Amino acid sequence: MRLLSLAAAVGAAVLAAAPAFAASTQAPLKDVRWSFESPLGFYDQEQLQRGYKVYKEVCSACHAMSMVAFRNLGDKGAPFFDPKYPNPNDNPVVKTLARDVQYPDIDSDTGEAIHRPGTTADYFPSPFPNPVAARAANGGALPPDMSLLAAAREGGPRYIYSVVTGDGTTPPAGLTVPTGKYYDPWMPGDLTGNWKGDPKNVPVGGFIAMPPPLTANRVTFDDGTPATIEQQAKDVAAFLTWAADPKMDERKELGIEVMIFLVVFSGLLYASYRSIWRKVGH
Amino acid sequence: MDEHISTYQPKSAFERWLDARLPIVRFSADLMEFPTPRNLNYWWTFGGILAFCLAVQIVTGIVLAMHYDPSGAGAFLSVQRTIMRDVNYGWLVRSIHANGASMFFLAVYIHIARGMYYGSYKAPREVLWLLGCVIYVLMMATAFMGYVLPWGQMSFWGAKVITSLLGAFPVVGDPITKLLWGGFAVDSPTLTRFFSLHYLLPFVIAAVVALHIWALHVPGNNNPTGVNVKSKADTVPFHPYYTVKDLFGVSVFVIVFAIFIFYLPDALQKTDNNIEANPLVTPAHIVPEWYLLPFYAILRAIPDKLTGVLALAAALGSLFALPWIDTSKVRSKRYRPMARNLWLIWVAAVFILGWCGSQEPDGHVFPGGAGPVFLDYGINTVTWLSRIAALYYFAWFWVITPILGFREKTLPVPDSLATPVLSHPATVPAGAAAAPQTKG
Amino acid sequence: MVDSVAHPVADHEGPTDEGRRDFLYLATAAVGGAGVVAIAWPLIDQLNPSADTLALASIEYDLSKVALGQEVTIAWRKQPVFIRHRTQAEIDAAVRDDHAPMKDPATDASRVKPGHAQWLIVSASCTHLGCVPTFKGGDYGGWLCPCHGSVYDTSARIRKGPAPKNLYLVPYEFLSPTKVKIG
Repeated sequence: MRLLSLAAAVGAAVLAAAPAFAASTQAPLKDVRWSFESPLGFYDQEQLQRGYKVYKEVCSACHAMSMVAFRNLGDKGAPFFDPKYPNPNDNPVVKTLARDVQYPDIDSDTGEAIHRPGTTADYFPSPFPNPVAARAANGGALPPDMSLLAAAREGGPRYIYSVVTGDGTTPPAGLTVPTGKYYDPWMPGDLTGNWKGDPKNVPVGGFIAMPPPLTANRVTFDDGTPATIEQQAKDVAAFLTWAADPKMDERKELGIEVMIFLVVFSGLLYASYRSIWRKVGH
Repeated sequence: MDEHISTYQPKSAFERWLDARLPIVRFSADLMEFPTPRNLNYWWTFGGILAFCLAVQIVTGIVLAMHYDPSGAGAFLSVQRTIMRDVNYGWLVRSIHANGASMFFLAVYIHIARGMYYGSYKAPREVLWLLGCVIYVLMMATAFMGYVLPWGQMSFWGAKVITSLLGAFPVVGDPITKLLWGGFAVDSPTLTRFFSLHYLLPFVIAAVVALHIWALHVPGNNNPTGVNVKSKADTVPFHPYYTVKDLFGVSVFVIVFAIFIFYLPDALQKTDNNIEANPLVTPAHIVPEWYLLPFYAILRAIPDKLTGVLALAAALGSLFALPWIDTSKVRSKRYRPMARNLWLIWVAAVFILGWCGSQEPDGHVFPGGAGPVFLDYGINTVTWLSRIAALYYFAWFWVITPILGFREKTLPVPDSLATPVLSHPATVPAGAAAAPQTKG
Repeated sequence: MVDSVAHPVADHEGPTDEGRRDFLYLATAAVGGAGVVAIAWPLIDQLNPSADTLALASIEYDLSKVALGQEVTIAWRKQPVFIRHRTQAEIDAAVRDDHAPMKDPATDASRVKPGHAQWLIVSASCTHLGCVPTFKGGDYGGWLCPCHGSVYDTSARIRKGPAPKNLYLVPYEFLSPTKVKIG
């Protein structure tokens, strides 16, 4: 048994140790809370609407979201869901949002290239026709598609919030920031090559090619919420989380029903098991 | 097929007619009546749990295949847009399938641990054990190919790293790798053939499982004491005693499964896999799925590529050899305290190897520097810890276990498996015959 | 023969115990059965058209593009649909034959929307074997199917030939005098 305890102690010590990685550093993500984070937490529809507005008016100039269609905005749990319109293709708000966007198409009579107003079936328009054009317009950097961004980064909305609000942080003296880039302590990177100070104290974080995207009151929220930088960042992070995981509300609701069923069923099975085995020793 | 006499009596004219032509009802009835040791504990429910997992994976997999596009151009979109967003309940079926793979491996590791602890691999169950090892290897191949299918960054780069291992073999390495890839790199042809094989292998697994269950029914189940069944009094019919107990086990297992599906669907996924595969950009940390980590650590611990591959094969192969390596006359480690403790350290070594596999090779084990460099890496690095743990892993198989059989002091083994049981007040003593003591 | 295997012994129990046991097993089986049905539904529903397919289930069409006496063939739910802007002569011919003997009797009024009789919107698949008929063929001023010779009148009712039914009606509504939503 003592050997076992020794083995367990070694194992625990090893598992608890946090190894230092040689390369990339990142400041600990900012501590912000959202309504949907707990197992029983759901999206806040008003926050999603505000976040959509920030995406639409600020981010969509450079960032595509090609997996989200306008009709998705009217689904259950989505920013513009209306119980009167269970079919999102009938939702008037969604139809209007789609119609405001022009899409390239072919004229059905002449075959010429034309533009037509969007429908609910259309996916969010990409600001650039292809990745090469996107890089050319952004100093060689490719603004990532935002459909899955919150799921493709460790920390999800907290990562997005931290990077967006940390963009353009004043760099410590001794850090050379390349032209066209900005210092962001929350952007994972290795700044050793740009640091002229104490080699044991390399600043955490990295460079980002995106200029600080948010300014106070850049977006005016329809519900009157003050549009501070923090609020806009919080709301757009929530919207991006929804975009990456639109089924979260449905999943958690179904989860509650399934867990209750399973606990009841397990209880019944256990009682049956004990009943069957009552007279048999084991 | 075994010594048990069938007690099935056809109850209707139709049943008699069928029984004379294809005795399938008789076969099922005999399975239900199968005399099973009465002292099996909950570790024995994992066989049933594994059958459940295989069924779940096959059903959800077939559903996913109805919507999946196995081409390099369309795979990522077909999963992330079509299945996850548009197909009715597509998100649910995908979450079940992806988390189901992890649950499948969790169950198989517990099942293997049970076999190792209670000596279920020992005579006369060697073939049962070998078939189990074959199932395990098939599972690893299936899971590896399945992980490539969503065509994310981890899918692609994991495939690239592991298939590149074949290049380690001299002369035949490169042609075999190109054959496997269907090109000069992992690309759409690789993906398509992985899809075909990923669909095929589970049915091969199902066939081997059928053989596995057949091989079980010849000698009958092992039990926690490791003592053979001596008489019918030691057993109870499989139905309803163990059908209901297994169902209860499955139900509790599904509670854990459901927590992942509904509340932690991405906990076991790497975030990088939500980025589409890009052959020009390597992710910062390429890590296989958790259930392959110990073997990944063993592979990486050895600096030479070919030897690393051979070590990986040997790590798996050692499992196959276990029935013949273990020289002990006592089956269950319940009565082998020294063997038990040394095996528990082996389990700890596997956990340590798993952790090492998730870290960078030059990651530090304890906070502080990398320590003095010994050979190629500092002493305080993950690589050296992997080497030490791998050393114990192999030593346990090839040095400790064979020697232990001769040298250890064992606890007295009970006469019959029912002896520890009959002292229970609720038992009706049903004439347990005291057979002369035989060594397991 | 199974002899001394320990089955639950009944002689220590009263009838209520046995009844309670049976109820327990029944309840367990019932709850389990309900669970099986509940899990079956998502597995079946995933076969139903997915959300992106349903989004294309209705289309809107601008009728001002179709001149008097002209027709267009458009795709709706991947099927061909005729939109015909009928002349008064065509409408009169159709109404005149309302009670003529035909295989699939129907009045012209039942095949158009009230107040919009000049618009005939029907499936363009011949009800025989699915070919698309051409206009201005056959004796009734309507369509002729080139595959096997079915002849439709100006209300797309079958008048001659092997087709069993009139060209099928498709659901549509007028959003404005010049715009319809089909489906």
